[in-house]
Amino acid sequence: MQNLKLREKIEEMSGVSVLKCMRCGKCSATCPNYDEMEFHPHQFVYFVEKGEIDKLANSKSIYTCLSCMACVERCPRQVEPAKIIEAVKLLQIRKQGNNHLKPEQVSVSLDPELPAQALTSAFRKYSK
Amino acid sequence: MKKIGVFVCWCGSNIAATVDVKAVVEACKKEPNVVFAEDYQYICSEIGQNKMADAIRDYKLDGVVICSCSPRMHEATFRKTAEKAGLNPYMIEVANIREQCSWIHKDIEEGTEKAIVLARTAIAKVLLNAPLQAGESKVTKRALVIGGGIAGIQSALDIADAGFEVDIVEKKPSIGGKMSQLDKTFPTLDCSACILTPKMVDVSAHEKINIFAYSEVEAVSGFVGNFTAKIRQKARYVDTAKCTGCRACMEKCPSKKSLNEFNAGLDTRPAIYIPFAQAVPNKATIDPNACIKLKTGKCGICSKVCTAGAIDYEQKDQIIEREYGAIVVATGYNIINLDKFNELGYSDCKDVITSLEFERLTNAAGPTKGHLICPSDGREPKKIVFVQCVGSRGLRPCDKQYCSKICCMYTAKHAMLLREKHPETEVYVFYIDVRTPGKNYDEFYRRAVEQYGVHYIKGQVGKVIEKDGHLEVQASDLLADEQLHIDADLVVLAAAIEADDTARKIGTMLTASMDTNDFFTEAHAKLKPVESPTAGIFLSGMCQGPKDIPDTVAQAGAAAVKVIGLLSKDTLKCNACVASPNENMCNGCSLCATVCPYGAITYVDKEFRIPGGVQVRRVSQVNEAICQGCGACTVACMSGAMDLKGFTNKEIMAEVESICK
Repeated sequence: MQNLKLREKIEEMSGVSVLKCMRCGKCSATCPNYDEMEFHPHQFVYFVEKGEIDKLANSKSIYTCLSCMACVERCPRQVEPAKIIEAVKLLQIRKQGNNHLKPEQVSVSLDPELPAQALTSAFRKYSK
Repeated sequence: MKKIGVFVCWCGSNIAATVDVKAVVEACKKEPNVVFAEDYQYICSEIGQNKMADAIRDYKLDGVVICSCSPRMHEATFRKTAEKAGLNPYMIEVANIREQCSWIHKDIEEGTEKAIVLARTAIAKVLLNAPLQAGESKVTKRALVIGGGIAGIQSALDIADAGFEVDIVEKKPSIGGKMSQLDKTFPTLDCSACILTPKMVDVSAHEKINIFAYSEVEAVSGFVGNFTAKIRQKARYVDTAKCTGCRACMEKCPSKKSLNEFNAGLDTRPAIYIPFAQAVPNKATIDPNACIKLKTGKCGICSKVCTAGAIDYEQKDQIIEREYGAIVVATGYNIINLDKFNELGYSDCKDVITSLEFERLTNAAGPTKGHLICPSDGREPKKIVFVQCVGSRGLRPCDKQYCSKICCMYTAKHAMLLREKHPETEVYVFYIDVRTPGKNYDEFYRRAVEQYGVHYIKGQVGKVIEKDGHLEVQASDLLADEQLHIDADLVVLAAAIEADDTARKIGTMLTASMDTNDFFTEAHAKLKPVESPTAGIFLSGMCQGPKDIPDTVAQAGAAAVKVIGLLSKDTLKCNACVASPNENMCNGCSLCATVCPYGAITYVDKEFRIPGGVQVRRVSQVNEAICQGCGACTVACMSGAMDLKGFTNKEIMAEVESICK
């Protein structure tokens, strides 16, 4: 158990109780962006449970999550992994100077195939 | 002066470790009327009971207080001891100083203090107790079994074999239930029909068993030993006395497009039908929603081909009223509706099927004669994916929170049989946990993995879509930490099971309590697992919770034993703690009769002598044989006329006062 305080923080921010997870894998089975994610939805839940949050916070996965909420919708235990990913993301970007997405970058990194939802999600984390 | 004796039990260290029993004894000795107080290690033991009996005789006690465990545990024991020693059993009071005191306190001083208060309270009550006599009621020596699946069949056979009459009420045209639809049964893989149909024949041949098939229980009144049930025998439009079961009508019936329920809707059946070859009773039934004659008045082909002249389009539902001493509920289960699980494609893809449909597809008597095919185009599947826990163990509104218990085993069975019959197939099972407790169960599952090479993958299926005539299955493999994409031919869903939709109605009818999932609740989860809290109602099979065939048969037998025990008595001792109205105070408002859940209260006009004449007043009257002593009427009565014997308002107020002292 690495950082239970941080785990509590994540649980408070996301409103999610990771202990409800029964490790069925429905979230990662549902995830449409699975291949792009270093850590997958079920691992987010598991690592938060173990308090290993730094690992997640420093991973690119928090930005590759599309926030499509499919895992939230499908999770039979109402654990809602996307909300955890969002919370880890917020934890990171609330630190000053840690903005992952600068507005001036958007035009150059705009890929025509990029799902609009990903852009919305990216801006959400930029907005503060 | 009334003489009271007090016993304080140690319950080994259960009580003595947190309550100073000696201090409780000393405190009790100081209470007025207490002439004797003693502590002992186990008052429920033979020595303890003898001590109690001796004290009753030696001190000529009028009442006894036992400070021990919950009265639910040993009140009956102590009452018997008192009765043997010549004291009315209702002059016993139990102060619960275990569950309500020693078990919840850690501090011995606090525990002792509370134990003394509880003891004092019981003394205050027993001083007001009056000796009670339990009445008696007769027992109707016939049992009703609701549901004709394997649970109902087994209960009925066991009760009938003991010499009692049994009526089975089954809503479908034939008994047999879900078990008749199954192909093989785990863990021995014997054919379901081969072991079930002999039992069905036994039922139909048994002189003590009456089958009311295609019938439903419509109303039940009465109480343990004396139930009256109204049974609606639905119109079959076929005279069962004449029908020979020749099936000529089925062949000629022009309306052949109704979904065949017996084959899980995988094929169709005629409007006039016998659900399956071994049906009991082997009689035809006309489906009024499909029959052309009944809908339009034209056709009548079946009556022309029936050489027995059994067809009767004018037949009406019949209501039969019968009396019973005991009722066994065996209403069974269904699998859940999968509409809400659209990610698994059940509604959209023909080749995504439920396990029950898979049973029919592999059953030699099924729509394909046991030849496994993809329902979409009839090709033989090469890659089959099984998904476990579909709708089980979830918290969403569409989920069931419980484990459906049978799916792990039947999926292992399906996977194993598939690999045995078709070694060229690739079989995947996606699981969250494999739960196979039971004799020879885990060995069975391991055989599927080790001997038959079924791929068991820890993970779930997230998406199934149809593409180019195949199913694209997207799933997780949690141990390898990868997302899998499987190109499958057939996907089989282990859908959660739920209580049959008639269960709630029947539960209400019987005032038998149910849980939030509409499973019937047992009187005690461990010690009374086949009894409903409502006296005379017994539980058999899935109606009480998910269970497999061996468990169902065991429970059905257990329920039967309880019924036999009840029916073998000529009379039943009623509950002595019943409601009793004070006619002088009753204002005839009927509120008590309205709230009584057992229908024990009626109103009568009674003559009362008043100064200068006679007055007729409407007053409440309690049928002591029906009253269960719940006390609802005593609370509802606004004039305070209703009292519960053994728990009178006076007694309860004395207890409260004693606590507040």
